[in-house]
Amino acid sequence: MSTFSAIGEEREIDRDEYTPGVEPQPTWCPGCGDFSVLKALKQALPEVGRTPEETLLCTGIGCSGKLNSYLDTYGFHTIHGRSLPVARAAKLANPDLEVIAAGGDGDGYGIGGNHFIHTARENHDMTYIVFNNEIFGLTKGQTSPTSPKGHKSKTQPSGSAKEPLKPLSMSLNAGASYVARTAAVNPNQAKEILIEAIEHDGFAHVDFLTQCPTWNKDARQYVPYIDVNDSDDYEFDRTDRVEAAEMMRTTEEALYDGEVLTGRFYVDEDRPSYGQEKRQIGEMPEEPLAERYWDDDYEWERSYDRFVGKHE
Amino acid sequence: MTDQELIWRISGGSGDGIASTSQNFAKALMRSGLNVFTHRHYPSRIRGGHTYTEIRASADPVRSRGDGYNFLLALGDSFARNPQEGAVYGNEEIKPLSENLDELREGGVIVYDEGLLDPSEIPNFDERVEENDWHVFPLDLRGLARDMGREVMRNTAGVGATCALIGMDLEHVEDLMRDAMPEKILDPNLEILETAYDQVREEYDVEEVGVSVPTGEHEETQLLMSGSDAISYGAIDEGCRFIAGYPMTPWTEVFTIMTQNLPELGGISEQVEDEIAAAALAVGASHAGVKAMSGSSGGGFALMSEPLGLAEMTETPVVLVEAMRAGPSTGMPTKPEQSDLEHVLYTSQGDSQRVVLAPGTVEEAYEQSRLAFRLAYEYQIPTILLYDQKLGGELVSVPKSHFDREPNPTLGKTLTEEELAEQPHSADGKFHRFQHDAEDGVTPRSIPGQKGGRFLATGNEHDPTGHISESPDNRVAQIDRRTQKLEAIRADLDTVDTSSYAGPADAEYGILTFGSQQGTVEEAVDRLNDAGVSVKSLGVSDMLPFPTEEVEAFVESVDEVLVVEMTASGQFRGLVQKNLGRYGEKLSSLLKYNGNPFEPAEVVDGFEAAIVEGDGDASGHQTTFVPAAGD
Repeated sequence: MSTFSAIGEEREIDRDEYTPGVEPQPTWCPGCGDFSVLKALKQALPEVGRTPEETLLCTGIGCSGKLNSYLDTYGFHTIHGRSLPVARAAKLANPDLEVIAAGGDGDGYGIGGNHFIHTARENHDMTYIVFNNEIFGLTKGQTSPTSPKGHKSKTQPSGSAKEPLKPLSMSLNAGASYVARTAAVNPNQAKEILIEAIEHDGFAHVDFLTQCPTWNKDARQYVPYIDVNDSDDYEFDRTDRVEAAEMMRTTEEALYDGEVLTGRFYVDEDRPSYGQEKRQIGEMPEEPLAERYWDDDYEWERSYDRFVGKHE
Repeated sequence: MTDQELIWRISGGSGDGIASTSQNFAKALMRSGLNVFTHRHYPSRIRGGHTYTEIRASADPVRSRGDGYNFLLALGDSFARNPQEGAVYGNEEIKPLSENLDELREGGVIVYDEGLLDPSEIPNFDERVEENDWHVFPLDLRGLARDMGREVMRNTAGVGATCALIGMDLEHVEDLMRDAMPEKILDPNLEILETAYDQVREEYDVEEVGVSVPTGEHEETQLLMSGSDAISYGAIDEGCRFIAGYPMTPWTEVFTIMTQNLPELGGISEQVEDEIAAAALAVGASHAGVKAMSGSSGGGFALMSEPLGLAEMTETPVVLVEAMRAGPSTGMPTKPEQSDLEHVLYTSQGDSQRVVLAPGTVEEAYEQSRLAFRLAYEYQIPTILLYDQKLGGELVSVPKSHFDREPNPTLGKTLTEEELAEQPHSADGKFHRFQHDAEDGVTPRSIPGQKGGRFLATGNEHDPTGHISESPDNRVAQIDRRTQKLEAIRADLDTVDTSSYAGPADAEYGILTFGSQQGTVEEAVDRLNDAGVSVKSLGVSDMLPFPTEEVEAFVESVDEVLVVEMTASGQFRGLVQKNLGRYGEKLSSLLKYNGNPFEPAEVVDGFEAAIVEGDGDASGHQTTFVPAAGD
């Protein structure tokens, strides 16, 4: 019996396996967009063929962070903004794990912005889902990095003087090899995008537009429910950085005018993931490092035999 | 310590190759059968400024840099090659020769590069030479090097001249040069070494020189190793194969040594965007089943307080090393201090628990690095290895056999899939990761990818299955259990004596110290006893959990105690009093915080002035005396 026998197990997977046995009542508000992310993940993971026990879900803090409680995989609910460094180390330690990180727009683009840039830059093989509802929810309605200019809140009483951050463009420029946007109001597309993102071999960034019916009723992205367009309906080369960048720029500016465009924006299947790169230059073992600690036949090298001699 | 010792100082500018030259010379002295101890002094800049390395060599054990030195090789400053009139870099004037003279002992030797340095610029130089009976040798080291190849080889010329003057043959130096140098530069270097040696022996009557190389013999092979080397090897031998970090002096040394060695062992090193990420990566790797470490120095460690708390709450084993330098903020980047003690003891919010170990010597650095990993993984608790720039950077000869130990890659209480399937770990079909009633507070863990071990790790308070809980009963049970681990570790540490005693057991007075000052204090204790003062010392290594019983017994057994530490506020003394609860009337402090570690004579003077004479005036060398206070 292998030590990590849940990894790579091929069997039919039931959606209910991802539901905790004693179902905790989600603390999300009625009508919250986060329910859609949970549902789409529960649909996508069995379809990709990933069992709950080979999946590690790392989340940040906020309403999005509670995803861990309602999706029964191996989980690490970290601290505000820090899901990515925890997730990428777990992936390096055991590349056979399916690693998914999730957080909100404040968590991922604000406090965790630096980690976001560098994880995308390194192109770690993982999926990063950002619940983007343009507001801080759990701390009760403050302006977030994606809130529109002029957004009024208790912390920006005169209306925000800041331009909203453009996550898709940021991700592309930082080096992510898969960049997509989907929306809670489009569950079919959400499922398809998540399947693609999970299967993608590299850093897959999914900006997931979610609604916050409690603190952000005015957000335009979900007010016109029917006006969500699919990037598939537009002619552009998704593998071309320049064309993808132009589409993203247009889309991200139009979002705040109520024109919601979702779908795949950039797909680079050729770029090797960070793990592959590290293995190629000899900075990472071929076999998962985590397995070695369970291998009774592995002969652990000592500094005495290997390095100490040069100090003589 | 006999009088028979060589303390050789090589002085110049940063970038002049002082460190590599002195490392080789220290090794040559070690190979000739001597014990060596090196001390580095350098400014926070890439090139120039005043830097020196001191090597103390003796047939007897050497535990500190000693007091002053008796042989100066002054190479000049790297900027001196193109000297500018009145050049001032930063706020330091270039004083490569004059800055060193204050600490040169009577009868000492000065070799200076006459092509670069002019002693006539130093006020009263000739008078001082005469007064102190110094032997002065102006040599054209630069000219010699230039004639035979390149100016940078003036270091080698200086070493050749040194050997000639102290009566050391070139055998060991040449062997080392053959090992270390590429063929292209080896021959000219060997030639210059021998030429300088011969010239000095021809030109001067070296028998007149009062400083000579001692003779000694080792019973077993010695290694020249730094605290940073020892910490790295301890981690490797304990099965650490993952490190994440961000550069910061002086922690960078451990980070670099690990990074250079881990890939060869099939391990992973990651240089990441900041220290928050670095510590979070170590937590993530450990969660996924790998022995992992991170670390930093004061300012970087401040950023790690978040992931440190996360590791504690999620009970993820992790080792963080904290290499202290003078703070707060950026402080003095290349100067040692011990003032991060309270920072590492108390950082992170809530009633958080961690282990803090502070090794006192290079040997202890190896042992306690291993211990830090063992405790972290056996007890699922973050462990901090606290040391300072002095211990990290000093190169010391240590017996090779000390490192001949078996590896220990075990992950601690981690379940197999078979065990995960059984009671009590699997109740109602769920893995209970954080049960309330673990014997020593430690509940076995699973690793992602294992069948039957699914659980949630969270920084929020959580119930036995790992799910977020704000239930009062659960909160009390969980926090009590996590706290209980420290009791278990305290009991465990009693069997692993990491406290170091010196001096007669029935001494009248005591000195308490911690970390890198241990060796210096021990040498001072020997000298005080030789001078008829009855004193013993205890170097404490366990900062948390604190060895209260041992320290109390020590304090109880003497009339008065001097607490010696490199802080301005007496942080270690505060920790002692906090743990002992009384004895304040017995404890006085000797503090130093000018950027330099204690010298043995300062401890001797401070002790005599403060304790023996009792007038408390111990401020001779920028040390400060803080008298005892009643309880």
